[in-house]
Amino acid sequence: MRQVGLLSLLVWLPILGGFAVLALGERRVAAAPWLALIIALVTLGASVPLYTGFDTGTSAWQFVERLPWIKIWSADYYLGIDGISLPLILLTTVITVPVLIAAWTVIEQRVAQYYAAFLIMEGLMIGVFSSLDGLLFYFFWEAMLIPMFLIIGIWGGPRRVYATLKFFLYTFLGSVLMLVALIYLYIKAGSYEIAAFHALPLTLKEQFWIFLAFFAAFAVKVPMFPVHTWLPDAHVEAPTGGSVVLAAIMLKMGGYGFLRFSLPIAPDASRSLDMFIIALSLIAVVYIGFVALVQTDMKKLIAYSSIAHMGFVTLGCFIAFGIVTQTGMTQGAGMGIDGAIVQMVSHGLISGALFLCVGVLYDRVHSREIGAYGGVINTMPIFGAFMVLFALANSGLPGTSGFVGEFLVIIAAFNANFWFAFLAATTLILGAAYTLWLVKRVIFGPVANKHVAGLEDLNPREFLVLGVLAVGVLLIGLWPAPLLDITQASVQHLVQQVLTSKLPL
Amino acid sequence: MHNAQWTLANLKPALPEMWLAFSICVVLLADVFAGRSRARVTPTLTLFMIALGAMLTIRYAAVTEPVLLFAGLYIADPLATTLKLAAFLFVAVTLLYSRPSLESRGMLRGEYYVLALTALLGICVMVSASGLLTMYLGVELLALSLYAMVAFDRESGVAAEVAMKYFVLGAIASGCLLYGMSLIYGLTGSLLFTDLTEKLGNNPGLGVVLGVVFVVVGVAFKFGAAPFHMWVPDVYHGSPAAVGAFVAAAPKIGSFALAFRLLSQGLGSVDGWWTEMFGIIAVLSLVAGNLIAIAQSNLKRMLAYSAIGNVGFILLGFVAGTEQGYEAALYYTLVYVLMALGSFGVILLASRSGFEAEEIIHLRGLHTRDPLLAVAMLFLMFSTAGVPPFVGFWAKLQIFQALWNTQHTVLLVIAALMSVVGLYYYLRIVKIMYFDAPADMPVSRAGLGLRLVLAINALAVLVLGLLPGALLDLCARVLS
Repeated sequence: MRQVGLLSLLVWLPILGGFAVLALGERRVAAAPWLALIIALVTLGASVPLYTGFDTGTSAWQFVERLPWIKIWSADYYLGIDGISLPLILLTTVITVPVLIAAWTVIEQRVAQYYAAFLIMEGLMIGVFSSLDGLLFYFFWEAMLIPMFLIIGIWGGPRRVYATLKFFLYTFLGSVLMLVALIYLYIKAGSYEIAAFHALPLTLKEQFWIFLAFFAAFAVKVPMFPVHTWLPDAHVEAPTGGSVVLAAIMLKMGGYGFLRFSLPIAPDASRSLDMFIIALSLIAVVYIGFVALVQTDMKKLIAYSSIAHMGFVTLGCFIAFGIVTQTGMTQGAGMGIDGAIVQMVSHGLISGALFLCVGVLYDRVHSREIGAYGGVINTMPIFGAFMVLFALANSGLPGTSGFVGEFLVIIAAFNANFWFAFLAATTLILGAAYTLWLVKRVIFGPVANKHVAGLEDLNPREFLVLGVLAVGVLLIGLWPAPLLDITQASVQHLVQQVLTSKLPL
Repeated sequence: MHNAQWTLANLKPALPEMWLAFSICVVLLADVFAGRSRARVTPTLTLFMIALGAMLTIRYAAVTEPVLLFAGLYIADPLATTLKLAAFLFVAVTLLYSRPSLESRGMLRGEYYVLALTALLGICVMVSASGLLTMYLGVELLALSLYAMVAFDRESGVAAEVAMKYFVLGAIASGCLLYGMSLIYGLTGSLLFTDLTEKLGNNPGLGVVLGVVFVVVGVAFKFGAAPFHMWVPDVYHGSPAAVGAFVAAAPKIGSFALAFRLLSQGLGSVDGWWTEMFGIIAVLSLVAGNLIAIAQSNLKRMLAYSAIGNVGFILLGFVAGTEQGYEAALYYTLVYVLMALGSFGVILLASRSGFEAEEIIHLRGLHTRDPLLAVAMLFLMFSTAGVPPFVGFWAKLQIFQALWNTQHTVLLVIAALMSVVGLYYYLRIVKIMYFDAPADMPVSRAGLGLRLVLAINALAVLVLGLLPGALLDLCARVLS
C-alpha cells in the first residue's frame, strides 16, 4: 500500500511554501498572508485523503513512503501513519488555518516572516508525527524548535527573550538525552527504524535507562509536573498564534512520544515505573489545578490548565498496567490510551480556542490581566457565547470534546484503582472552578471600565476562526465514534505490545 | 610500494605540493613586477592558481590506492587527496572573504597571498606526511606562515603583541613536538610511520611513553585544545579579521592530519597511552571552551572559545579510536571548518572601512540592516550548536555514535551536556540579531559576488544537513 507522496506533500508543501512566503519579503506585505493561507488550505485539503483513505481495520503503517536517506547508518526517509498519529496530523493541519487567519490584521511587523515561520513549523510538526525512522523523527523534533524559538522571540511580549531561551534550552536538554537513547537503540538494533526498536528485546536495566532518557524528552514537552515551568513563561510571552500552536500541537508531541516510543520500546520498565508517572500525572491534575485557580493573568491560567489537562493524557497512557493487574483482563486496558488520544485532540481544539479568545480581547484592550475586564458580554455578546462554550468544554461538560477524553480516562483509572479515579475526578471540580471563575470575572457582571465599554464584538474573521473550532469541539463531543474508530486498531496493537514482556529469556 | 625511480611520472601523486611551490614563486614574482595593478592582479592570480591546482590534483594526482614516495616519507592516498582539495577550497573561500577587509584597511599586499599559499603548502605536506620529518616540516611551514600573517597589520600594537605571544608559545609547542619525535626516533630508529607501529610494539618503555606525551602536547597545541588553548582567543581577537578567518579555517585540516597520521597511523600500536590523554584534553576543551564562551562580549573571542569546544568534539573521535571514530573526527573537522569559515565570513562582510563588526552587539538588529547576513549567521549558529536540520547535528551525532560503540558512556554524556551549554551562546547571537531593536550601525557594503559566496556557504550547511549521506560516505570511503 504505497500511495506515493501524500505524506511527503504534507510535510514539504508547508515548508517550501514557507520559504516562498519568506521570499516575498517585506515589500509585498499584502500578498504574504494570502499566499500563506492558500498553502495552509491546500495542506488541509491534502490531509483529507489521509482520513478518507485510512483503513481503520488494521494497525499496520499506512501511506508508507520509504527512500534511502543515510546509507551508512541505514537510516531511511521513512514516513507512514497509524491510528495514533493520524488524529494528530489532522489536528495540525486544521489548527494551522485559524492560527494564520487570526494573525491577519494583528501582526504588523515582519509579516512575511511570521507566516513563513508558522508554515515551516506546520511541515516540521507533521514530519514528527509521520516519521517511522527514529533519526528522521529526531531530525524533525529538533528542527521544530527553531521556528518556535523565533516566533516567541520576535513577536512575543516584554519578557520574550527569557521565555524563549528557557523554552529552547529546556526542550533541547531533554531531547539530547533522548538522542543518546536513540543511538543506543540503533547500536543494538542495527537500524534507526522505529519498528525495529519495538521488536528489540532489552533487559530491564536497559529498558529502565532508555525509559528515563525518553522520559526526559517527553516529560518536558508534555509538560509533566516538575519540569513544567517553561510552559507558563512561553505561553504568556508568545504571540497568540504561538500560544495556540504550542498548546494545541507541540504539547501533544510529548504524549505521542510516550505512545510511540516509551511504552512499546520499554514496556517492562513502563510497567515497573507506571506508579511514578501516575503519581506525577495526578500531581499535575490536582496541584496544578489549584495553581491555575490563583492566576490573575488569563494566558497563564490557560497555560496551567493545559498542564493539568495534559496530566490526563499521561495518566491515560500509563494506566493500562493497573487495569490489567486489577481486572486480570486485557480488554479494557486500551481505554486509558483511547482516552489519552481523544483528550489530546480535544485539548488541542479547546486550548487553542481559549488562547484565541484571549487574543481577541488582548488585541482590543492590550491587557491579559483578568482584573482589566468585566462584563464583556454586554458589549461582545457573540464573543461571550463562544468564550462560555469553550470554557465549559475546558471544564469537561458532556456534549463537548472535553468530556469524552476525561471521562474515558477517569473510567479507566477507576478500573485500576478507586483513588486514582477519585483524584483524577477532582479536575471536574477544579477545572470547572478555575475556568468558570475566569468566565465569571471576565465575561459577566457589570461593565468594568471604559475599555470594556468600548469593545466591539467579533468581526467576521474572528467569528470564522472561533466558529470552526467550536464546531470541532461539539462534533467530537457529540459523536466521538469516528475518532475512536481510527484509533481502535492501533491502540489494541499498542496494548498488546505493552503487555508483552521484552525481557530476553 | 616504494618507488625507487624518481621519474616525473612517478612523482605525479605529489603534484599538489609541487604546483603550490611553483605558484608561490609565480605569485611572488607577479606581485613584484605587476606595479600599480598588483592590488588587482595578485588576489586574482592566487585564486586562479589554487583553482588550477585543484583541477590538476583531481585530474592527475588522485590515487585510488596508497602510494609512498620519497623513501616512504610521503604518502598519497584518497584521504590525502580529499583533505588537500578541501584545504584548497577553504583557503580559496577565505581569500575571497578577506579581500574587501584587507583592502579597506590598506593591507591588501601580495605577501598575504604568498603567506596563504605557503600555509596551504604546509597543510598539504602535513596531510601527506608519512614520516616524522615530513610531518615536522609541514607543521613548521604552516606555523611560520601563520605567525607572519598574524603580525600582518604592522601598525597595530595588539597584532604585534598577539603575534609575539603566538610565536613564543608556538615555538615551545613545536619544540615539544620535535622533542617527542626525537625520543621516538631515538628509541625505534625509524622515521617512517609505517615502521613505527611494528617497532614500538604494544608494550612501550618509559622513553617512548615520554615521547608520546610530548607529541600529544604538540598536537593539542596545534589544535588549540585546552589546556594548551591560550593562544586561540588572543590570535582570533588580536589579529585582523581576515587573518582570524584564515587561522580558524584551513589549518584545522592540517591539525586533523597531524593527529591522524602521527598518532593513529604512526603511534597506533601505543594508542592506549595517547587516547587516554586525548580523553582528558577533550573534556577540558569541551568544558573550558563552552563555559568561557558564554562570558564573551567580543564575537571573535566567542568564536575562538567555540573553536576550542568544537576541537574537544574532534578529539573525542580520536578517543573512540575506531575507524568510525576517525570518520567522525574527519567529518566533524570538515563540517566545522565550513561553519567557522562562514561565521568569519559574516564578520568580514558586515565590516567596512573604519568599522570592524567584531563585538557581539555590533550584530544587533542585523536582520533589518542586512537580512542575508543575518539569515546566514542564523544557519551557521544553529548548525554549530548542533541543531537539526543543519549539518552540525550530524557531526555531533557521528561523534556520539562512535563513543557509544566504544563504551565511552561518561564522555558521551559530558559531550551531550556541553552541547546544551554551548547552545546558549549561539542562541544569544540569534537573539541579538533577530530580537533586539536595530542599532544604528554602518551598513555592509559587500558586493554581490561575495554575498553569493556567503549564501552558498550558508546553504551548504543546510543542504548537507538535509542530505548528509554523500559527505558521510566520502569520509567513510577515504578512511577505509
